[in-house]
Amino acid sequence: MPKPPIIELRNISYAYPHNSMPILQNLNFSVSDKHVGVIGSNGCGKTTFFQIIVGLLTPDTGQLLFHGENVANKKQLRELRKEVGFLFQSADDQLFSPTVIEDVAFGPLNLGYSSAAAEKIALETLMDLGLSGFEERITHKLSGGEKKLVALATILAMKPKMLLLDEPTNNLDPRTRKRLIDILQGLDLYQIIISHDWDFLDQTSSILYQVEHGHIHKCEEDHIHVHRHIHKAGDHPHRHIH
Amino acid sequence: MMDERFAQGNSLLHTRDPKAKIIAATAFVTASAITNSFTVAAVSFALSIVLFFLTKLPVQLVLKRLLAVNSFTFFLWLTLPLTYGGSEFTAVGPLSLSMEGIRLAALITLKTNAIVISIIALLGTSRIANIGHALESLHLPQNLCFILLFSYRYVFVIYQEYRRLVRAAQLRCFVPATSIHTYRTFGYLFGMTLVKSWNRATRVHQAMVLRGFDGHLIPLSQDRYTSDDTIFLSVMLSLTLLLILLNFL
Repeated sequence: MPKPPIIELRNISYAYPHNSMPILQNLNFSVSDKHVGVIGSNGCGKTTFFQIIVGLLTPDTGQLLFHGENVANKKQLRELRKEVGFLFQSADDQLFSPTVIEDVAFGPLNLGYSSAAAEKIALETLMDLGLSGFEERITHKLSGGEKKLVALATILAMKPKMLLLDEPTNNLDPRTRKRLIDILQGLDLYQIIISHDWDFLDQTSSILYQVEHGHIHKCEEDHIHVHRHIHKAGDHPHRHIH
Repeated sequence: MMDERFAQGNSLLHTRDPKAKIIAATAFVTASAITNSFTVAAVSFALSIVLFFLTKLPVQLVLKRLLAVNSFTFFLWLTLPLTYGGSEFTAVGPLSLSMEGIRLAALITLKTNAIVISIIALLGTSRIANIGHALESLHLPQNLCFILLFSYRYVFVIYQEYRRLVRAAQLRCFVPATSIHTYRTFGYLFGMTLVKSWNRATRVHQAMVLRGFDGHLIPLSQDRYTSDDTIFLSVMLSLTLLLILLNFL
């Protein structure tokens, strides 16, 4: 029997309170590929989709399965959250400790590691991301790009098996963006990435899903069409993925 | 605000276990607060200064705080000598200043400063997370510790949101004046600050829950109660006892 997927959503429907139209309707999804990209217009329910996966929102109907098992109680939810890390759209919402080291060690401490062990994990994680020397920096004084990478460190310190990234390249400069791409390509984890940044998705995901009308579906791989465009490096050979 | 400037240091008081400091501070502050005796207030003020010098913190920092506190006692000096009654100390024109009023204002000023300085020296020298953790291990109700930690955390968030909105208003040339437009704008600013802070706080809380937070904040630097802490606590409690006994002399 094949191993069940790490995460599966079955017939999920969800409507926000005071809103008669459900934002997700009979949504089915299971993680098969390691690097999944998710696209969709603003307000179509992409973030809601992530919040359902990590149990921040409870669906009105449908099931959330973790390693093939229905997530029914707090203990299972805790296990799930240990393995599935969620990088928020805004890093400011994710960093709350005064110093970087305290913020990165927060997760490991909650998982029951001793202070010494948590500190060691935090330092290693920072080193892996090329953030050595950031330990004592004050989180709210970091630059936008640094905050994003530290927020990623806080999640990786929990040693997850899967990452959910919500529009990770928003407001990143080209250098930090490239750094993020290199980091994500180097991680052997399941990754689901919500983004409007096509080039970023092209480099980080192998399959593309679209959220639309409350459902999620695979995008056709080659959808050939003609269009006009203009760019500075137009005379150099380049790839086009839309 | 989040820098916890007073908590940075390596002095004798910084390295004490927050549990010992909390007990010492509670006893000392209570003894200083309830006294009616000038001698006791003066001694506790002197002790608080000694405690402060043990922290090796820069004096300017604490002077700034004291300025804020004494802006309140300043109003007592304005009102108490005029309104308290009792025997006349001196008369300034038609106004008579009462001896008891001046005495009371002085006593309150002395006590207030002693309490603020000793709290900075004793509690300010630990990080809030460590204080919260210590309160929990002293068996204070968990919800109270939680409220303490999060009030501290979110006061900052609310302030930031407010600053952001005020800046946005200023950039569109908003200048406060005595007008309905100004009142309405401030109404909107306060209302919006609450809504935005609430949303932001919800997201921060979600981020914490996702990283395994279950109501206990575990500080990275764990404190260990040592024999030095017992000595410190005994000294502090003996001094407090002396303060109390001084009342009956």
